[in-house]
Amino acid sequence: MAQAVDTTSTNAEMPKTKPASPWTLAFRQLRRNKIAMSGLIVIIMMFLICFVGPFLSPYSLETMSGPSNKGPSASHWLGTDKLGRDILLRVMLAGRISLLVGLVAMMVSVAIGSTLGALAGYYRGWVDTIIMRFADIMLSIPALPLLIILGAVLSDIQVPPDQRIYLVMFLLGFMSWPGLARLVRGQILTLREQEFMQAAEVLGLRDKRKIFRHLIPNTIPIIIVVATLSVAGAILMESVLSYLGIGVVPPTPSWGNMISAANNLIDFKKRPWLWIPPGVCIFMTVIAINVIGDGLRDALDPKMKK
Amino acid sequence: MANNLVEFRNLRTNFYTSGGVVKAVNDVSFAIKEGETLCVVGESGCGKSVTAMSLMRLVSPPGKTEGGQILYNGEDLLTLKERQMRHIRGNEIAMIFQEPMTSLNPVFKIGQQISEPLIIHKGMTKKEAKKRSIELIELVGIPRAAQIFDSYPHELSGGMRQRIMIAIALSCDPKLLIADEPTTALDVTIQAQILDLMRNIKSEFKTAIMLITHDLGVVAEMADHVVVMYAGKVIEEAPVHELFRNPKHPYTQGLLRAKPIINQRQSRLYTIPGQVPNPVSLGNNCYFNDRCEHCMSICVDKQPPLNTYENRHKAACWLYEKGGEA
Amino acid sequence: MTEPLLEVNHLKKYFPIQGGIMQRTVGHVRAVDDITFTLNKGEALGLVGESGCGKSTTGRTILRLLEKTEGTVKFKGTDLHELSRKELRAMRPKMQLVFQDPYSSLNPRINVGTAIGEALVDHGLVSKHEIRDRVKEILSICGLAPYHIDRYPHEFSGGQRQRIGIARALIMNPEFIVADEPVSALDVSIQAQIINLLSDLQEQKNLTYLFISHDLSVVEHLCNRIGVMYLGSMVEMAPREELFARPLHPYTKALLSAIPVPDPTRKSERIVLQGDIPSPANPPSGCKFHTRCPFAKEICKQQVPKYEEMASNHFVACHFAGEF
Repeated sequence: MAQAVDTTSTNAEMPKTKPASPWTLAFRQLRRNKIAMSGLIVIIMMFLICFVGPFLSPYSLETMSGPSNKGPSASHWLGTDKLGRDILLRVMLAGRISLLVGLVAMMVSVAIGSTLGALAGYYRGWVDTIIMRFADIMLSIPALPLLIILGAVLSDIQVPPDQRIYLVMFLLGFMSWPGLARLVRGQILTLREQEFMQAAEVLGLRDKRKIFRHLIPNTIPIIIVVATLSVAGAILMESVLSYLGIGVVPPTPSWGNMISAANNLIDFKKRPWLWIPPGVCIFMTVIAINVIGDGLRDALDPKMKK
Repeated sequence: MANNLVEFRNLRTNFYTSGGVVKAVNDVSFAIKEGETLCVVGESGCGKSVTAMSLMRLVSPPGKTEGGQILYNGEDLLTLKERQMRHIRGNEIAMIFQEPMTSLNPVFKIGQQISEPLIIHKGMTKKEAKKRSIELIELVGIPRAAQIFDSYPHELSGGMRQRIMIAIALSCDPKLLIADEPTTALDVTIQAQILDLMRNIKSEFKTAIMLITHDLGVVAEMADHVVVMYAGKVIEEAPVHELFRNPKHPYTQGLLRAKPIINQRQSRLYTIPGQVPNPVSLGNNCYFNDRCEHCMSICVDKQPPLNTYENRHKAACWLYEKGGEA
Repeated sequence: MTEPLLEVNHLKKYFPIQGGIMQRTVGHVRAVDDITFTLNKGEALGLVGESGCGKSTTGRTILRLLEKTEGTVKFKGTDLHELSRKELRAMRPKMQLVFQDPYSSLNPRINVGTAIGEALVDHGLVSKHEIRDRVKEILSICGLAPYHIDRYPHEFSGGQRQRIGIARALIMNPEFIVADEPVSALDVSIQAQIINLLSDLQEQKNLTYLFISHDLSVVEHLCNRIGVMYLGSMVEMAPREELFARPLHPYTKALLSAIPVPDPTRKSERIVLQGDIPSPANPPSGCKFHTRCPFAKEICKQQVPKYEEMASNHFVACHFAGEF
């Protein structure tokens, strides 16, 4: 790829170094960050295992595949649960759900948060006031009790479990947009005062161009960082809710509701294979995502070197 | 002949960046005499501030002072323990900075900030320190000193804050005052006031001053002795009259000719072509060679040594080497 | 006499100061306080003054980057502050601004070619195919290499960035350029390069400059007429030679004598002004300079001096202009 660029550039005076956009530089910086790269590898592995792994499993979710409550063995690497289901398969399928919840919640939050933040920052005045007051209200509602109440309501009106997952995703996303909206708004307010925005005004650029070419690309780094970290937040929150029995509900497995096996003293003490695998998965995933987020933050630092 | 107060001997300070090693201060040697004003001139990135920070031992990672000596009254500062160095800072050597807006702590009153070093270094009581602080505020030419003592930094203008910085620096009667671009952020009429003040301090207290600046006008006005730096190296050094009358290094000559001077309008300014070299990829040559009008083959191949000529004038340029082959 | 390119009449720009819980306006910063001057085609007018004197605000209000408070700004006979947004946008290419800070004036995520060329395309003045050639042409005029077109701002030094900023203004083929301290962030050796570039461009393209600077020696070099501002008001304006030979306002004299001259043999007989620049939110009564003026008399505290033509084209606002 790099060579292709070299051969196409015919300019004789062209010096050896190729022009590098800030994105290229950030990517190079990220690649040098060993910790972030190992985080990335862990996440990729996690995705591969969760999404490809189940196809390789000889068992299926619905059927009992062996004796119940058996510890790890050659046929069931992580043992079986009290209904005799294969834990490994359940952990993988639960991972699908948890990762999906994280991603979708992040996307919902980014879509709402960055749009509203950008609008508030660019138009200021009453648009800003309305959006930010709404965000303040959202931020002042304690999230956990609200989600518990909503979970209880959902159970009451008997939403089928497979649709409930989607509701959980959207709810989590909807709860977390105000933080991002504030950051984006702040960023846009600062950018507006930068001289290059005044230059855009003097040049008589259209609003569309000013917003989409000048403002938004400069807010993307911060959105990427916050979005990455919010995936971890959503996965954790989903685990909490599912553990409490109001997020993803059985029989659909999720890492959170699998851990709830640990709230039974016998399972907790005698059958650690029931709750350690999902616990380790949550732990690794969240750490890996946070590490990637930190690496991205360093790489995309707006204070660019030189 | 005054004694050397500070002597830099082959000082090297490097910065380890992701792009490579930057030799910010590259084998720098010069001396500051007691009671003398020494100006270090150069453009941004030439290492003039890093030299001063190395003297204070305030170079922080990724920078590291890795070679040479800094003799202060014959004692090598680079070998002192951190505790001894703290005693030197403030007591013996004081420093003022370019940004008077950020070098005072906004949450403390002016009085507290001046008294603090007096209490710590001089062991004064609170009352004595207050009396001395008010004297110092008056000394730097601020009226209503008692009132200023109780103000916060944001209530003062830039020029006033720089005066306060000078008052703090003077509080422990330092032998050397390092001033890093002290007037760059100030307006010309305020700059004139501060320069006046610094001249008075020098004549009254016999304090040596190491003045770092990029403005040759300030140099001409303040300096006894001048050191010109370029890309981390001292390229010329001379007493001020000698330097302005007879600049040797083509870079110094260029700087003097490139500056527009009031009432001496030329139709076209002289320019030094090109720009400062990338500090990471410097070879063993004269760092100025690609911008120099007089560049010879030897300049590209070999680094010129800093040699001494008549009138205490030193220059690092092959033009003045006999035969030029060395 | 041809019609002037730019006519500024009694221009005022006040910024409200808000205070209290209710964000009521409790006062005004009089950044630009009644400024009048004209600028002919091909002229270069320098505006000098210390920080807070309103010189940058004047430049930006003239270009209508800021809305005026009072007065008129006529560019080729049209009042810029009366135009609709659309009409103003159409006028934009004719008047450009060069910024002080070569770092914040370029968008870090936009490459040089786009930064310079986007406005021409956006205005529909040049088609997308031609734009690269136009940009390359303007780059070489401004002393940069054509291959720089695909690079990003972070790959350039301060001086080169300033050249990019000039190229971006120049490609619009403007008649009038406001240069707001274009060299004060640069090193001496680079400063000279940019000053020469600006003066060459003026000659080649018959540009009109409003050159804002705190450095009289730079302004002297580039401008044929110079205005001195103090606390939002013009205190003196004269042709270059006249101003340097016969400054009439005591502030101009002080300013001239305060500049350090790179000649150690010259002992300057300097007028060191006492005190600080007062706040433009609360300017002194009468002549605004009276608090620092070494010649201030009683009348200066009470009466605002008129801004009058004392000699041909030499305007000054001082009760005792030229008397001391």
